[in-house]
Amino acid sequence: MLKQTEGSHAVAEAVALCRPEVICAYPISPQTHIVEALGEMVKSGALRRCEFINVESEFAAMSVAIGASAAGARAYTATASQGLLFMAEAVFNASGLGLPIVMTVANRAIGAPINIWNDHNDAMSQRDCGWIQLFAENNQEALDLHIQAFRLGEELSVPVMVCMDGFILTHAYERVDVPAQDQVDAYLPPYEPRQVLDPAEPVSIGAMVGPEAFMEVRYLAHAKQMRALELIPGWAEEFRRAFGRASGGLMHTYRTEDADTIVVALGSVLGTIKDTVDEMRDRGTRIGVLGITCFRPWPLAAVRAALANARRVVVLEKSLAVGLGGIVSTNVRTSYTGRPDAVYTVIAGLGGRAITKASLARVFGEAIEGRLEPLTFLDLDRAIVDRQLARERETRRSGPIAESILRDLGVVAARIG
Amino acid sequence: MMFQVRIHGRGGQGVVTAAEMLSIAAFREGRHAQAFPSFGSERTGAPVVAFCRIDEKEIRLREPIMQPDALIIQDPTLLHQVDVFAGLTRDGFILINTTRSFEELGVGEFVCGRRPDRLCTVPATELALKHAGRPVPNAALLGGFAAVSGRISLESVAAAIREKFGGKVAEGNVAAASAAYEHVRSEMREAGHAQAD
Repeated sequence: MLKQTEGSHAVAEAVALCRPEVICAYPISPQTHIVEALGEMVKSGALRRCEFINVESEFAAMSVAIGASAAGARAYTATASQGLLFMAEAVFNASGLGLPIVMTVANRAIGAPINIWNDHNDAMSQRDCGWIQLFAENNQEALDLHIQAFRLGEELSVPVMVCMDGFILTHAYERVDVPAQDQVDAYLPPYEPRQVLDPAEPVSIGAMVGPEAFMEVRYLAHAKQMRALELIPGWAEEFRRAFGRASGGLMHTYRTEDADTIVVALGSVLGTIKDTVDEMRDRGTRIGVLGITCFRPWPLAAVRAALANARRVVVLEKSLAVGLGGIVSTNVRTSYTGRPDAVYTVIAGLGGRAITKASLARVFGEAIEGRLEPLTFLDLDRAIVDRQLARERETRRSGPIAESILRDLGVVAARIG
Repeated sequence: MMFQVRIHGRGGQGVVTAAEMLSIAAFREGRHAQAFPSFGSERTGAPVVAFCRIDEKEIRLREPIMQPDALIIQDPTLLHQVDVFAGLTRDGFILINTTRSFEELGVGEFVCGRRPDRLCTVPATELALKHAGRPVPNAALLGGFAAVSGRISLESVAAAIREKFGGKVAEGNVAAASAAYEHVRSEMREAGHAQAD
C-alpha cells in the first residue's frame, strides 16, 4: 500500500511485518522514532506475540538481543552514533556467536565534538565486527532492506545492520510502498535457529576458545560472509519478483555503461549524485554512479567488474579515517585494477554538512580535468581552519578547538544550507 | 517541474509538521513529495526551517532548498533575524503570518517589483486561536498557501490535516485552514483589482 510517511515510521512498519518476538529499545536520536512507533504497535496490540523491552543502555539493548536470539526469538533493536559505540563489545559478541539479530543504525556522526546529525562514521567504526552491513538509498529501500535482512541473517546465522541516514532519511516524509503481511510471510519463513537455549535439549553457547581453534571459528565467520556475497543477489532477485521492485542486492549501477568516470557512494547522497550526473550527462560528460548497498561483506568482484572500464573513480564518502583519509575509498581501491592515482577520495557531509549538486558538479569536474587532489574535503572552510592553526601557532594555551571555531563563526542561527 | 517550498518559523509553531502535511496533501493528489526538517537545533522559540519538494516524478535530490519557489513565514519576527528570502525565485510566492502589510513589516523594498498577486499575508495565528483554540499557525498557513500558489487544493490540505491529527484538533485546524484560504483569495482579488487600476 502506497503511503506518504516518515522514514522511521516506514521502517517500524517493515520490522513489525517481519513478526519480531523481542524488541530491545534505548532511545537515541535520530533512531528514536523507529522504536517509539514499534512500542506503540506492541502496546496497542497491532504487533502481537512480541515483547518490547525498555533497557537501561545500548549495551543492555544488544545484550538482551543476544539473549533473546540465543533463546530462539527473532530479535530487533536500533541505535546510532555513541549508542552503537557503547554497545560495541556486545555487537562483536552477537556476530561471533552467529546470532541473526537485525539492527537499524540511523547513521549519525560520532563525537567529540558532539553532533547529532548525519554521517557514516558510526557504522564504519563497526565495519569489521562481523555483521552484514547494508546501506539504504531512500526510505523505500530502508523498508525493503529490513525485510531482506531478517531473511539473510537467519539463513546464514549472522546479524545484519541496516544503515539509513539519520534525519535525511529517518525524518523525511516520502512515498513508500508498504507490503502486505502475506507478502512478507511468503518471503520470510519463521525463524529456524541453528542453535537454541532449550531446557529440553540443554547446550551452552559462548565457549572460551584458545589458540587451538580460535582462528578456525573466525575463518568460518569470514567464509560465511563470503557465502553471503554469493547469495545476496539471488535473494534480491527473489525480492524483486515477489514485491515488484529492485531493492537491496550488493550494489546498484546508474549510467555506468560507457562511463569514463564513476562516482562511488553509499546511502541517501546517491540521489543527489544521480541528479548531478544527469545534468553532467546532458552536457556530454560520460559519468556514472555505483551505489554500494552491501558494504560488509565487501563485494570485491562485483565492484571490480563495475569499475573495470572506468578511467577514474571518485569515491564520495561520509566517513573519515583520521590519519589515512577515506574508509570506503580504501575498500574501493582493493577492487580497482586501474592506475592507483585514478581513485579520488572526497570526504563530504560530515556531521550533517549539506551536500549540494553545485558542489558535487564542481568536484566531479575537477576530477575529470585532473585537477582534484587525491584527498579532498568537500566545501571545507579553509579560512576557519587557517584561523585556528594561526591561533595555535601564536598561543600555547590556544584553548578548546570546537569552542574557538564556533566563536569565530558567531552565533549560528538557522542556517539554510 | 519540481516545486520547492521552504517554511520558516520557530520551534513550537509546527514548522516541521507543516512541511509533512504539505507533502501528504501533494501525495494525495498523486504527486511525489518529500518533506524534511532543517538540520539545526530544534528548541522552542529557536528559528526552524522545514522543506517540501513536490514533483510529478520521483524526487532523489536531498540538498536543502536553496532556491525556493515559495516561502511560508510562520513568524514575522524572523524577517530581520534570518535571511528568510535567500534564493527565492523571481516569481516566487511569499506568504507571511501577520496582521500587518509587507510595508509595515519593513520588507516593502525587498518585494518591490515582485508580482503582487504572489505576495500575501494572513493572520494565521489569530485564525488558529479562533478556530482551533491554540496559537499554532501551521495548518492555517497551508490553507493560505493553497490559495496563493494554486499548487494544492484546499480539500487535500484538509485531508492531510485530518491524517496528521484527529477529532476536534483536526476539525479546528481544517476550519482555520479554510478561513485562511478565503482570506488569501480575497487579498489576491484586491491585488488583482489594484493592478488593473
